[in-house]
Amino acid sequence: MADPAGKSLFVANRGEIAVRVGRAAKALGMEWIQAHSAADADMLAVREADRAVEIGPAQAAKSYLDADRVVAAAREAGAHAVHPGYGFLSENAAFARKVEEAGMIFVGPSADTIARMGDKVAAREAAVAAGVPVAQGSQGRVPDVAAAKEIAAGIGYPVMVKAAAGGGGRGIRVAESEDDLARLFPQAAQEAQAAFGDGGLYIEQFIRDARHVEVQIMGDGAQAVHFYERECSLQRRRQKVWEEAPAACLTPEQRAHVCEASVRLAEAVSYRGAGTLEYLFDPARGTFAFLEMNTRIQVEHPVTEMITGHDLVAEMIRVAFGAPLSVAQPDIAMSGHSIEVRVNAEDPFNAFMPFPGVVSGLSVPEGVRFDTLLYEGYAIPPFYDSLIGKLIVKGEDRAAAIAALAQAIEGMKIEGLKTTLPLHAALAADPQVQAGEAHTGWLEDWLAKRA
Amino acid sequence: MAKEIRSPLPGTFYRKPSPEAAPFVEDGASVAVGDVIGLVEVMKSFHEVKAEIAGANIAFKIENEDAVTAGALLAELE
Repeated sequence: MADPAGKSLFVANRGEIAVRVGRAAKALGMEWIQAHSAADADMLAVREADRAVEIGPAQAAKSYLDADRVVAAAREAGAHAVHPGYGFLSENAAFARKVEEAGMIFVGPSADTIARMGDKVAAREAAVAAGVPVAQGSQGRVPDVAAAKEIAAGIGYPVMVKAAAGGGGRGIRVAESEDDLARLFPQAAQEAQAAFGDGGLYIEQFIRDARHVEVQIMGDGAQAVHFYERECSLQRRRQKVWEEAPAACLTPEQRAHVCEASVRLAEAVSYRGAGTLEYLFDPARGTFAFLEMNTRIQVEHPVTEMITGHDLVAEMIRVAFGAPLSVAQPDIAMSGHSIEVRVNAEDPFNAFMPFPGVVSGLSVPEGVRFDTLLYEGYAIPPFYDSLIGKLIVKGEDRAAAIAALAQAIEGMKIEGLKTTLPLHAALAADPQVQAGEAHTGWLEDWLAKRA
Repeated sequence: MAKEIRSPLPGTFYRKPSPEAAPFVEDGASVAVGDVIGLVEVMKSFHEVKAEIAGANIAFKIENEDAVTAGALLAELE
């Protein structure tokens, strides 16, 4: 059972991740069975796969998101295992359960783990129990200003005062000091009372200029390891645009702290497969606040592979087949700095309007990793995500990686489409990006100034 | 001769703002210039389709949630 070689893997996804997963399966000696919708019959993954199976019409809801249909197709195809990729059904506990009930291996954690980590409250409880840092704050309502001052002193300023019954920004104040708090607490209580008929308040640390830091973990159901962290602070509409590894904003002590805590949580939930713990990092306090755990491979996994030299997709397939982790923590070292930029079929000069079209020319510079769904002559269907590729570079350090990125973008040719490559070229040339100063709100401000 | 409304974009055509809602325009209704008659979803972003001409007795030529190409005939008016 422990060897995937000679077995078949049903790839229940599309786009670049289907290509990435299918190629990893082939390299492990597996048969690659590719699912596709009617609109995706000519996609790159279908062309490269050993076999392809149509699972429904163009609409994702009736194909890639239809759990019963996907499971039935995989079973009919005689698949031994199902890989969900990211998005679609990848974090759907019911789907994972159906795959296993149909007698196949789900490449990911157990359905129970997916369900538990997908529940905000349960995930936070598991995080606290494992000693994972979460947002500091009052445990519930704060009765008066005196109590508020005491709690704020423990957290450190700035703090955020929020309405317990709140929503829509009402009853929220940011206090920079104890004087601020004494003045703002009654205001917020009054506003909350007026807005919600409940003046109850609680206090939380306010993270100014937060960084998005996330830790890659891998588990075999008993043991877990980490592959260090990534930083993904450059975001637009909560979508990551540019990702790096490692996070240059961390000290070695902070890195060790967050990575070790993440492994504790993975082991506490008997995690199997690839997973990511996402945090907000407060650069002023040097503290982390757990956001959520993603129980799947992530879009930006390549930057981790670039700095550690480990193939995360192959490893998640191996452990799904019952093998123990092939690496122990001391075997996982990192070197250099890697950056990935998401290339979307969108026009950055026209409000990021989607631009599906036919690829009339494609050329990628030598030595650059480009995980893509494109080939020359391919007509990008309009029904799915606009991500068409991920340009991934590595340098000795962050400055070298940014220089390598600028050079790679210069050498990329994707003809017939509008893409977000010009945005990435501008970001690579920006002094604040180069200085590593961008926080999670930075890119939207930067875009607004240029609009 | 019938007046036509064509899709400005490729994607998926929706006659309703959400699955539970009533259609933007009922079959047989009259529309004015600028009325929203549906949505086209392209790469997960939604765009309104507005009537560029006024007319009566609208007849949709495709079903809700059908795939459309840019320029596809969506509806005819009298």
